[in-house]
Amino acid sequence: MKFAVEERDGYTEVAAEGRLNMVSAPMLRSAVADAIGAGHRLLVLNLGGTDFMDSSGLGALVGCLKAARQAGGDLRIANVGEQVQMVLKLTSMDRILTPYSNPEDAFRDA
Amino acid sequence: MTRLVLRVLAALSVIAGLNYIVWRWTSSLNWGAWWIAVPLVIAETYSIIDVILFSLTIWRMSERDKPPHAPSGLTVDVFITTYNEDPELVLATAEAALAMRYPHTTWVLDDGSRPELRAAVERIGARYLSRGEEWVGKPRHAKAGNLNNALQETQGEFILILDADQVPYPELLDRTLGYFNDRRVALVQTPQYFGNVPENDPLGSQAPLFYGPIQQGKDGWNAAFFCGSNAILRREALMQLGLTNYVSDTERRVRRALAVGSRVVRRARRRPEARDPRVASLLESVERAIAEGTGRLKAGGSIGEATYTVQSQVDSAVRELVAGDLARMTGDLAAIRTELGVEDDPGEDLEGLDTAVDRLAARDLSPLGALESVKAVLDAVSVERLHEAQPVMPLSTISVTEDMSTSMRLHASGWRSVYHHEILAVGLAPEDLPSMLTQRMRWAQGTVQVMLRESPLTMRGLSWGQRLMYFNTMWSYLSGFAAVVYFAGPLAYLLFGILPVTALSPDFFARFIPFMVLNQLMFAWAGRGAKTWRGQQYSLALFPTWIRACTTAAANVWFGRPLGFAVTPKARQEGGVSPLRLVWPQALMAALLVAASIIGIIRWVIGASQGLGTLVNIVWAVFDLVLLSVLVGAAKYRGYDAVAEADPEASSVTQNDASPARKSASLGKQDAYPGEKNAVSHTKEER
Repeated sequence: MKFAVEERDGYTEVAAEGRLNMVSAPMLRSAVADAIGAGHRLLVLNLGGTDFMDSSGLGALVGCLKAARQAGGDLRIANVGEQVQMVLKLTSMDRILTPYSNPEDAFRDA
Repeated sequence: MTRLVLRVLAALSVIAGLNYIVWRWTSSLNWGAWWIAVPLVIAETYSIIDVILFSLTIWRMSERDKPPHAPSGLTVDVFITTYNEDPELVLATAEAALAMRYPHTTWVLDDGSRPELRAAVERIGARYLSRGEEWVGKPRHAKAGNLNNALQETQGEFILILDADQVPYPELLDRTLGYFNDRRVALVQTPQYFGNVPENDPLGSQAPLFYGPIQQGKDGWNAAFFCGSNAILRREALMQLGLTNYVSDTERRVRRALAVGSRVVRRARRRPEARDPRVASLLESVERAIAEGTGRLKAGGSIGEATYTVQSQVDSAVRELVAGDLARMTGDLAAIRTELGVEDDPGEDLEGLDTAVDRLAARDLSPLGALESVKAVLDAVSVERLHEAQPVMPLSTISVTEDMSTSMRLHASGWRSVYHHEILAVGLAPEDLPSMLTQRMRWAQGTVQVMLRESPLTMRGLSWGQRLMYFNTMWSYLSGFAAVVYFAGPLAYLLFGILPVTALSPDFFARFIPFMVLNQLMFAWAGRGAKTWRGQQYSLALFPTWIRACTTAAANVWFGRPLGFAVTPKARQEGGVSPLRLVWPQALMAALLVAASIIGIIRWVIGASQGLGTLVNIVWAVFDLVLLSVLVGAAKYRGYDAVAEADPEASSVTQNDASPARKSASLGKQDAYPGEKNAVSHTKEER
């Protein structure tokens, strides 16, 4: 799993590439923790390159959301593939996290 | 064939039971003595429902063949949970766990955070975990919290859970992992067997009927449940459970907080302190934020969006207020400085001000803290589950028996479970009456808690078979109330000559005796040689424990009173309370029954009562006394004496002799199968 953190206009994009499963979930946590530590607050997780996510991955997502909120920011997800969409629905996580189609849209209202 | 006989016996017992109880309700009640007649017939109905549920359980008893082969390459974490057990005991279990053949990682989860245990665990090559800082000041959720913490720190696909005293056999994982080839299987439970229990099992520790026909029967209904230890779980299933629960709990809390939020704020605005224009404008902003958040949800937005809207609007209002305060303060300071004639450096001040605003507007220092009710609402309008250490909690925390509740939720979300009937670990049972009573109390309280919080009868996603299987276990813990009536029955006749039935006619015996005989035959056949006697004794003799468990659990669930939760002591308690103080209600009851029998005979001699009634009721009283007598042996029991118990042949076939701390090690595996074990069990579902 690879992560790329890039500063955009009004938000910070974290692009996650690979499979987000129980092995790589801790990596996502630390990538987001690092970004928050570096002062980024409004984070968009671009899941375009994430072709698989399991419940541990979702668990890490909740952990990251908590970290971002506690730092006074927010974490949003964008560019979600079919499989990820399916697990979000399965656990009703889409009721908590809105999947945005483009990273640019995620913080349009904020 | 065996199963056919069992089904015939079960069907006949149910028919005989219904035949008896219908007659009791319709044609035998002595309404003149309704105060004993009605409770008695209700207690009997209770018992017959118990028999029906048991019959239903064994109707589908599973007979699994050899377990499927465990594929290689699975990743497994072994969790050994400990709180205050002797480090020697924990280490012996950890060593046996390390020696299991299938590749795995062994973790000791120490809720006592003992540095010396950490050192010892790491020395033998296992890994050590204790709770982190995020748990400070948050509910710890006992063992469930300990396991949830570990689930967050580890990654294995499968989790074996062992209590600190459960020494696993080397082949445990090889024998059980194969069941997970079926992708829908989330749980494999194996029996809990205790090595430190003498042949006559004075404390009723072994549960061969439960870890045998009952779990096998539940298995047949896909309802074999998780018993806290000696079980393997699929991480994916647990995580999914945690997430689903996180979503529903968060959604419920947020919706409720938003619903009551505007009312709470309006009330705060009417209070005297809201006359301050700064407070008033802050509250106005909060009210507006809550309204907007509610609007977002109504428009179909997610909980994340709605909470973020509310929080960010409130934050900016708070920042504004703090900035105003600080600006005023800086102005005042400048004035003071000028007055005192100190040189001023406005540049440095300005830069520091921003940081100060950030810091003072943060949640922990926010001026909103002064408005507690408003702050509580706003804290609830969040997706972080601030009141908990972890947002996602895979193991259920609604009960002190997290195991049963977790497996019920697993079943409700469509996962399957397996009961594998083979002893693969040997543990330690309590060795004295007080510890045993504590343990039974906890099981009973936990089960009743689950029943009242998340009743299986109404839980969505469970099949009716599964519902009844869970309900049966809960139902069996109501036996304390029935016991009181069964003790009161003979007292009423022997002391006052009052008979709860209209007559002890042939009608009565013709219905009662076949039912009793068939019922006993069914239990005997289902137990395959295991005697159910000790269990029958305890299910009535511990009536004060069962009743207190029900009342305390109800007070806990309905009125939020604490349960008085205690960890079951694994080591014998020295000295301590006199047993009579723990079982005085039973002692009193026994004394009453003896006295009543004597008085009953006198009444018969002087012609105040009839012979048949006296005889039947004395037999009944003696039966009650024999049930209660189990406590004499229990109170006298001074712990397991390995030397006295050891049979020279059995002690030579040990598997886990490596652990000197454990008396259990001297038991061979051959005689350890619950069904074959001479130890006794239970009509009651004992775990």
